[in-house]
Order: sequence, then structure tokens, then C-alpha cells
Amino acid sequence: MVKRSVVGAHYGVRDWLIQRVTAAYMALYTVAFAFATLTLPALSYESWRGLFSGRGMQLATFLFFAALCYHAWIGMRDIWMDYVKPLGVRLLLHAVTVLLLVGYLAWVARVLWRL
Amino acid sequence: MKRVKHFRIYRFNPEQDERPYLKDYVVELAEGEQKLLQALVRIKEQDDSLAFRRSCREGVCGSDAMNINGKNGLACLTDVDSLSEPIVLRPLPGLPVVRDLIVDMTPFFHQYLSIMPYLINEEPPPERERPQSPAEREVLDGLYECILCGCCSTSCPSFWWNPDKFVGPAGLLAAYRFIADSRDQATNERLDRLNDPYRLFRCHTIMNCVAVCPKQLNPTAAIGRIKELMVARLA
Repeated sequence: MVKRSVVGAHYGVRDWLIQRVTAAYMALYTVAFAFATLTLPALSYESWRGLFSGRGMQLATFLFFAALCYHAWIGMRDIWMDYVKPLGVRLLLHAVTVLLLVGYLAWVARVLWRL
Repeated sequence: MKRVKHFRIYRFNPEQDERPYLKDYVVELAEGEQKLLQALVRIKEQDDSLAFRRSCREGVCGSDAMNINGKNGLACLTDVDSLSEPIVLRPLPGLPVVRDLIVDMTPFFHQYLSIMPYLINEEPPPERERPQSPAEREVLDGLYECILCGCCSTSCPSFWWNPDKFVGPAGLLAAYRFIADSRDQATNERLDRLNDPYRLFRCHTIMNCVAVCPKQLNPTAAIGRIKELMVARLA
């Protein structure tokens, strides 16, 4: 009997690593963001706007949402892989998820750099 | 001292029963009858239609793995007096039931075979053996002792959900046993075959496997080592 086993999609470790790196970055950003918010002179629109008008904060925040989207992509993809067996439906859901996440990221960029 | 024990045992004979049911048994155990397997043998004397696997009765063959009061274990190693009553026995979860406490282990062994559970060494075999230093041999401690009873893999939700794609803790422990072996030359190929979102990375480190292993092995640690090697290979 010829055994035709298909194993090793070769992106397991990459995604696993990316999920950990993005999680670590999000944790760091959350601490830094909490610190920056709590040390604002006043919780007003002006100081909030001031916090996000700096180039560094804009970039760090955008990176946070990019990390969140990539992290969410891997998690959502795994959920679709576990629960949706028909390949066509699954690929459609993958595509919708990617489009949504890219859309969210574009929205974040628009919010951040419109200030 | 004689004592009476109450059991509730999963029964299912696909040729007769429409659906599985739990049947109550009361059994008197003599002094010295300490293990759950001995109680099961007594029950089988009462009702010889009850089917379960057993062989060595000392935790070596792994045949009598079952779900004991909700936790997987070997009947031959479980002290019957340590169990709260009624003692509920069910087949290992997540595998097709053949009959009563007997499950079809095919998916489990299919995954075990998929990790190539044998040494791969292309060099011509030496006259006697391939020697290892004591340190190289020590690396295999905690890996080679697995008896393939299936307690770990059948307590793993990732294996319940994807038994055809996720190797499971027993298979991954065995995979690392050969990756770690100084005599094996197929490390890269072995890692390639596990580098997949399902086969290795469906392990989410919940450690049910460690909690139930009757040989006190740690598949989660072995899985962690495999991940470390994969990351090291990337760098």
C-alpha cells in the first residue's frame, strides 16, 4: 500500500513565533500607554490629542494595532481551521477576516494621522 | 479486611445496544485486592459480558487505560481505595468505542507512526552497536519510558478535536525522543514534518497530558523543546 501522507505546511513555527512577539509588544505598549495616560497633566481632549500628536507615539500605536491585527489573524485562522471543514467556506472566511483586519488597520492609520 | 465497592460502568455493545448506558455494580474485595484492575476482574466474574483490555497488570503494557472518575489512568496502577464512590469508569475519551471500555486506538497509533518512531541513521551499521556516552543516553530519560497507553492524548482537547491532524502528546513525546537521540540523523526532516499549524502547534500547553501520565512523564516539556529547536533553526 502506498502511503500518501501530507504533513508539514512549514509555517507552524513562524506563526507561533509571530504570535508570541506580537503579544510581547502589545503587553509592553499597554504598560507604556497606561503610564503615559496616567501621567498626563489633565485628562482633557487637548492633553489626549497632545499625547497622540507625537511621531513616536503615532508609530508605536500603529505598530500596536498592526501587532493586534496579525495576532488576531493567526487566532481567527486557527478557529476557522478547527470549526469550518468545507474548504471553500473556510477560504471565504479567511479572506473576509484578512479584508476586515486590513480595513481596521487602514482605519487606525487614518485616525492616527488625521490628527 | 474485606470491603464493598460501588461501581458505575459505561456499557455499550454496538451489536445489541442502541446507545451507551451506565450500569451499576457492587463488588466485595478481599484483603490484598488493592488495585482497580483487581476489582474489574471481580466484576467480570459477576458479569462476563463486560469487556475491557488488560495484560501485564503492572503498568508496563498500557492496555487497561480508561477514564476513572473523570480522569484518565491505568486500572492496574490505581488504588481502588483512593477513589470516591460510586467509581465511574468510562472508555478513554475521544476515540471510537469498540465495546464497553475498549476503544479503537487506530487514530492514536496512526499519529504515533507519523512521527517515524525509529532511529534513522544512514551510516553503515557498526559490527556491534551504535554507542552513546552516558550524557547522551541521559538525554533520553523521561522520553523513552512511554508505554503508549494513550492516557495523555485522549485527555487532550486538541487531540479530541483534530485526531487526524494533531499528533498529540504521546506522539510528540516520541518525536522528541528520536530528535534528541544522538544516534539519529534525521533531525531536520523530523522538524520539517512537525512544522505545521496542526501537527505540533495545536498544543496550547494546557498540560492535561502531564496531569494524567501514569509514568509521570512530561510531554509538554518535550513539545517545548521541539519548539525551541525549531526557533533555533530559524535563527
